[in-house]
Amino acid sequence: MNATPGGADPALWLPEPWRIERVRRELSDTFTLELQPTAGGAPLRFLPGQFNMLYAFGLGEVPISISGDPEADGPLVHTIRAVGPVTEAMRRLVPGDVLGVRGPFGSCWPVSGAEAEGCDLVIVAGGVGLAPLRPAILHVLRHRQRFGQVCIFYGARTPADILYRHELRRWRGQFDLLVDVTVDRATQDWAGRVGVVPRLVEGGGYDPQHTLALVCGPEIMMRHTARALLARGVRRERIHVSMERNMKCAVGLCGHCQFGPHFVCRDGPVFRFDVIEALMTVDGL
Amino acid sequence: MQRLSLAGLAVLLHVLWADRREIIGPRLRDGAITLGILHRLEDLPVGWSDTAQEAAQYRVVPRADSARFGHVTGPLSWKRWLFLPEEVLFRAVRDDQDGGFTLSATPTAPLRAFLGVRGCDLAAIAIQDRIFAHDPAYCARREATLIIAINCLEPGGTCFCASMETGPQARGAFDLRLTEWLDAGTPSYLVESGSAAGRKLLARLPIEACTPEDQARVEQALAQAATRMGRQLDTGGLAERLAARPGHRHWQQVAARCLSCANCTLVCPTCFCSTIEDRTDLSGTTAERVRRWDSCFDLEHSYIVGGNVRADPAARYRQWLLHKLAYWHTQFGTSGCTGCGRCITWCPVGIDLTVEAAAVAGSEA
Repeated sequence: MNATPGGADPALWLPEPWRIERVRRELSDTFTLELQPTAGGAPLRFLPGQFNMLYAFGLGEVPISISGDPEADGPLVHTIRAVGPVTEAMRRLVPGDVLGVRGPFGSCWPVSGAEAEGCDLVIVAGGVGLAPLRPAILHVLRHRQRFGQVCIFYGARTPADILYRHELRRWRGQFDLLVDVTVDRATQDWAGRVGVVPRLVEGGGYDPQHTLALVCGPEIMMRHTARALLARGVRRERIHVSMERNMKCAVGLCGHCQFGPHFVCRDGPVFRFDVIEALMTVDGL
Repeated sequence: MQRLSLAGLAVLLHVLWADRREIIGPRLRDGAITLGILHRLEDLPVGWSDTAQEAAQYRVVPRADSARFGHVTGPLSWKRWLFLPEEVLFRAVRDDQDGGFTLSATPTAPLRAFLGVRGCDLAAIAIQDRIFAHDPAYCARREATLIIAINCLEPGGTCFCASMETGPQARGAFDLRLTEWLDAGTPSYLVESGSAAGRKLLARLPIEACTPEDQARVEQALAQAATRMGRQLDTGGLAERLAARPGHRHWQQVAARCLSCANCTLVCPTCFCSTIEDRTDLSGTTAERVRRWDSCFDLEHSYIVGGNVRADPAARYRQWLLHKLAYWHTQFGTSGCTGCGRCITWCPVGIDLTVEAAAVAGSEA
């Protein structure tokens, strides 16, 4: 009646039903869903690094990054690790089942902007952290000539935990990509590197002065990777990390994803490292 | 400014009821001034005060007069009528044919009037308006709500609205603003309108003219009230100093007393954290998503795979205070604290926001 808020969004909380077209088992606890809109809706436009809220009927909603090609009109792709009741239920879904989708939300990897043009790219992922980086990698491959050297450094706990194994192998076979993979713990069949992923960053293969770095993985891995990049001479404002926090709403009003003054759902998940560096060093923020 | 007699106040209530508005206002219940639905003028807490509040102390005491608004803020705030403690966001029905589901959302927005909104709480509503600017249910309820504010002439023991610049005069988005004035113990109401709806409402009331002396008396009383706050908080550079000291040893000292009970966040008129609960019926064919108030003092609030980010109570208190007094400025361009003092009064161990903030802001480590 008096000064009232404007801009109420009637669809703010409402997921759209999408139908599962394909399910691909990736790892023992990780799977990929390919979804199509029901009732012939349009494909979802998103930017690399953004996420959706996925709703399992009656069970709950979880934030999951988008893993497909941002420029293809193909299905909506989500790679999910089953770690709780909602994602466990999603693992049991089969083609034809329906999921609710709300999104896309959040900030993106700066791969299509002017700041990436002509730069070397260092893409560093740990574990399932490769999933939010896949759209950025696909974008880079599509526009390979716009970038200088492109390095993909990936670390997994064990060889059995290597995500997108076939794709990594294909990328590794390309002459215009430097792909290196390491595991924390080797098994007998592993002839590759053993050690943490920041080590790969220390190995170089890029020009630190003209590098843009994209990092996604556990917080401690991102901290150490950033430190290794800084030690090589990469500028802090050219390092980007993707943060994870509890999320209930994805639209900046449930309060759960706060990280200092930032709402990870809205201001992140992708942050410039220099913006959150001080916050990342505080325990329990 | 005009004047309403006590009988005129009764007319105001009847006009609102005639417009089919539910009136929410102060009521004496369970030994506290709470907020509830008013059915008659006498439901207002006639001759009761709760201004003698202190950390972890609250009592209502009889007054010597028959003031209707001679109290300050009790444990409830208006947020429970706009940002509901529990609310269904949508209902979903599974479609047997194709395994899909259909959603429906039906926010309820009854016509209401809030009677007796104080400056601190009016500021709190303005703050939540920004937070929930896109939330359909909040916006619908907010638009259906008429606000009748009241100026505070007798601040309470834990009040510091003068420090937060939200009172004692009620400023901002009100439709009508009242000042309760006592002449020989009998109240009358100086009234001003703050919106087109307020002006229309005023035109239907038996208003009397008001003298320049009346106005001057109100202004003087408000100025005096500003000097009689039970608490104060030095806000100069406060946000920057707090944000720069996440490692201050005082956080641990507060944590040694804090019970993580979440009382402060429940009584706070601006705290907006919520969680989601999903339910289904026994057959599993219909589901609903429910939003409920949550608190950053709850361990689960910061849960992510691998552990709770804020496992330590010190980290949780720090989150609450830094959010309220520092980060809120970055997020919403204003402090998250309006100086209502509820968190001080209702903390069972008497943790005092003004004292704790000053302790962290006052020294480097």
